[in-house]
Amino acid sequence: MSVLDDKVKSSVKKDLSNLKNNVKLILFSQEIECPSCKDASSLAEEVAALTDKISVEKYDFVLNKAQTEHYKIDKIPAIAVVGVKDFGIRFYGVPGGFEFSSFIDAIKLVSSGDSGLAQKTKEELSKITKSVLIKIFVTLTCPYCSSAVKLANRFAIENDLVLSEMVVATEFPHLTHKYNVFSVPKVVINETVEFEGALPEEKFLEQILKA
Amino acid sequence: MDIIFDVPQGLKVNPPSADNLYDVAIIGSGPAGMTATVYCSRKKLDTLLITKDIGGQVLLTSGIENYMGYQYVTGKELSDKFFGQIAQFPIALLSDISVCKLKLSKGNFSLSCGEKKFSAKSVIITTGKRSKELGVPGEKELLGRGVAYCATCDAPLFKDRIVAVIGGGNSALTAAIDLLSYSTKIYLINVADTIQGDPVLIEKISAAGGSADFYGGKKSGKVEIIFDSEITEIKGEKTVEAISLKNIKTQQIRQISVGGVFIEVGLTPNSEFVKGILHLNASGEIIIDCNSRTSVPGVFAAGDVTSVQDKQIIIAAGEGAKAALSAYRYLLEKK
Repeated sequence: MSVLDDKVKSSVKKDLSNLKNNVKLILFSQEIECPSCKDASSLAEEVAALTDKISVEKYDFVLNKAQTEHYKIDKIPAIAVVGVKDFGIRFYGVPGGFEFSSFIDAIKLVSSGDSGLAQKTKEELSKITKSVLIKIFVTLTCPYCSSAVKLANRFAIENDLVLSEMVVATEFPHLTHKYNVFSVPKVVINETVEFEGALPEEKFLEQILKA
Repeated sequence: MDIIFDVPQGLKVNPPSADNLYDVAIIGSGPAGMTATVYCSRKKLDTLLITKDIGGQVLLTSGIENYMGYQYVTGKELSDKFFGQIAQFPIALLSDISVCKLKLSKGNFSLSCGEKKFSAKSVIITTGKRSKELGVPGEKELLGRGVAYCATCDAPLFKDRIVAVIGGGNSALTAAIDLLSYSTKIYLINVADTIQGDPVLIEKISAAGGSADFYGGKKSGKVEIIFDSEITEIKGEKTVEAISLKNIKTQQIRQISVGGVFIEVGLTPNSEFVKGILHLNASGEIIIDCNSRTSVPGVFAAGDVTSVQDKQIIIAAGEGAKAALSAYRYLLEKK
């Protein structure tokens, strides 16, 4: 059964009609012990079928160790959204519900390579010289979460050292427990800075610079 | 799996300009602000929309069944449809801004929003309301550690937990409904001796297996209602572990173990920025007349931030239209 209905497919098709560069959706999954892997795979394939600019590459999380390590994948299902290069945008869990819009936004982002961030933000991000891992815990029913994910993805576009990970909290209870996720969006940067809520660009940037 | 995706087509919004004197600045983009924007745009007024987010409180509503034209629509879908409609017009949009200072300046109005300043000949305030805090020990300390104000967002995180919902109005009932699919038990704690929420929501809880006794406050089903009780403390070391309740009739204090507390005790108007400038009522709502005029000529207000009695999406939208038309008449007379 299709994950996307015809109405959504038609909207997405229109939205993705002007993609600039090709986009690869690199899916990591496995046959067993991953109840949502099938949905993640269907979602990626159905989106890719809407434009010839998107292709899907599939890897087994355990068997394809080289790729898993290359893309720094540590849980499944995972989708790396990759353009002319790997900008460091990952979706862990199925990006359904409100997160579908951030998934589509990520495709457009990596295709254009243009973050659309303010000049001042770009300048600050260009000064970052160490790796920054932004984890954003979301629920699929959270209307604010996608704006935090979209913003983190934009930061990742600007600097290759910045990695942005959307994590569907309910799919990874061990992480929800580890990071005490009781409210979303919950953002964890480099394991040192934590905050809840969708902050505006300047404030989110401040937190990144703090980490 | 639900997929939520609605792209506004043909966006015409522009970034705002500090050099421009706008005909109207609309602050807030819930149903009132977005409807006012459409009405102002159709009157060809040079319109600036300043907002924290697109949608306002509607975003926090999981399902809407009383907005005409839709038997059921999610809050996000409705707000996207509203935004799609305003985005057809060449308005100036400034988002991610939560507070602006409003000043009268040479017969016009100046708005300072952070480092940015804008001018307008008239202003429409549609800043809505936000969740009221309980003001009890533990609430601030455990925020994001089990204390929550957005059931739509956070309910899935309380799977297999016992939770408390504080309040007895529609927001509290909706929160309980959102939690029904996840939590093992829900205490609905209300300071009054009845539930003020709509019967249709009560029926929903009962139908979903939460057959609570809404009138006698007896234990039954997944939802247990505790009347006449107020929270005195939220306890927990790292996360919420328990709440203390006081029965306001007997003064008896008891403690209940819970893993989460959803606070739905009403709303407070986002009107602090006009305190001392506009007349407010005792609840802090902006007092308006039947034509959406505030106590300062040229400043109009609509929606939940105003003294209009009923806070409903459809009413806010209608009030937004009224405020826009009043602002238009004001600008015509000012010419």
